Amino acid sequence: MTTGITLEIDEKRYPAEGGHDAVVALRGLRARIAPNEFCVLFGPSGCGKSTLLNIIAGIDPSFSGNIRFDGDCEPRIGYVFQAPRLLPWRTVRENLELVLRRDADPAVVEALLGEVGLAEAAGFYPSRLSGGMARRAALARAFAIDPDLLLLDEPFVSLDAAAAVRLRALLLRLVTTRPATVLFVTHDAAEAVTLADRILLLTPSPGRVLAELPISIPRDQRCDHHTIAKLSGQLAGLGARPPPH
Amino acid sequence: MARLSAAVAWRGVSLLLLLAVWEAASRLVHSRLFPGAGAVLGALFDETVHGGLLHDLNATLFRVAIAFAAAMIAGTVIGIAMGLVRALDTLFDSWIVLLLNLPALVIAVLLYIWFGLTDAAAITAVALSKLPTVVVTLREGTRALDRDLAGMARSFRLGAMRTLRHVILPQLSPYLLVASRSGLALIWKIVLVVELLGRPDGIGYEIQVFFQLFDIKRLIAYALAFVAVVLAIEWCVLLPLERRVLRWRG
Repeated sequence: MTTGITLEIDEKRYPAEGGHDAVVALRGLRARIAPNEFCVLFGPSGCGKSTLLNIIAGIDPSFSGNIRFDGDCEPRIGYVFQAPRLLPWRTVRENLELVLRRDADPAVVEALLGEVGLAEAAGFYPSRLSGGMARRAALARAFAIDPDLLLLDEPFVSLDAAAAVRLRALLLRLVTTRPATVLFVTHDAAEAVTLADRILLLTPSPGRVLAELPISIPRDQRCDHHTIAKLSGQLAGLGARPPPH
Repeated sequence: MARLSAAVAWRGVSLLLLLAVWEAASRLVHSRLFPGAGAVLGALFDETVHGGLLHDLNATLFRVAIAFAAAMIAGTVIGIAMGLVRALDTLFDSWIVLLLNLPALVIAVLLYIWFGLTDAAAITAVALSKLPTVVVTLREGTRALDRDLAGMARSFRLGAMRTLRHVILPQLSPYLLVASRSGLALIWKIVLVVELLGRPDGIGYEIQVFFQLFDIKRLIAYALAFVAVVLAIEWCVLLPLERRVLRWRG
């Protein structure tokens, strides 16, 4: 079951350490993400986007506030990090098998590897993969647990433009066949408007939601440069407006 | 495969050459105090079949095994704990430094005095001499653990056992291997000293007896037998293990 999320983060602070002052990464962040929604978190570098994903994923428990998932049981969360974070001492296939739930069907691994085009590379160690292949492996791993919620932290950054376009298309295909609520972090406006159902625009640090931009144009009708430019313009306009008080 | 057997052949040639040089030098010197390769190998055979060599070898290897296992297990646990918890590290770092610099001989003598000339005291002395290097190595390995992979393991809810087996241990295994290999090299030398000081059997004890009898032939024969076993462990156990564990580096 895909899940909706309610985010109520009062404050996330990194304590002072090694000569650096304490940093408030997030403050007063409120948002509601609907089940099955593809939500893009858009904002400048260092506005706490990755921090927010880590909090939602349960990696970082030290914050004040609340993360509430719909439903009673803990959602299954698939996480695609900025770096692929594959285990270098396990083959691609083993990296996927490792995260499977105990009751999962092991056949899902081969199926996913086929879908992301890594069937031939299943026995490789990650050091033999190209950057794009490693991203696809990380993507497949996140889907291997049949996630209710998918977190993606600038997953296609540092790829060349053509590869990034292919991987975005792959992500959309996967989400279509395996529905999940998606939270996708990026600072690339074109990427944001290509993928999102709704964009949440975050302020510079300490991050909170400045504005939101729902996009109702179907995805297959916003692949052209004109539409992307228009939507990116709207997004930039939202960011330029003084925050309402 | 062909290259491997060629390497083995060259090692064999090198060994034969060493034996030949040894034998020739011994004949040149012509002294009872410098027996040749032939005489020593004869004594080795003789002691294996008729003498107590196997019994002594057994006793020594038993001590090596127990001390090695104890030092590795305790050292790994302490090292990981000190690497993870800064307070423990601050508290015990100076103890480790002290133990590192305490000569094995002193540890052995003290333990013999306090606990008597027992096997337990002997093995404890050897293990304690090795312990601090294991601690230091594993502490280093723990500090170098990848935080990103730890985050990955947490977000995918891998659980303690799978995280340990698939995420943590593979990162620590190079450190464990270094600690094992240097540990074996250190322990098998210390164990002879400890036996010489206060045990009634073992290679170290026999070395002392042959020293007092000036029986150089048997002295070298016993030492060689022990070295051969240790080298066999190194080549047949530790090296293949290392190759297997580090296979993914390609």
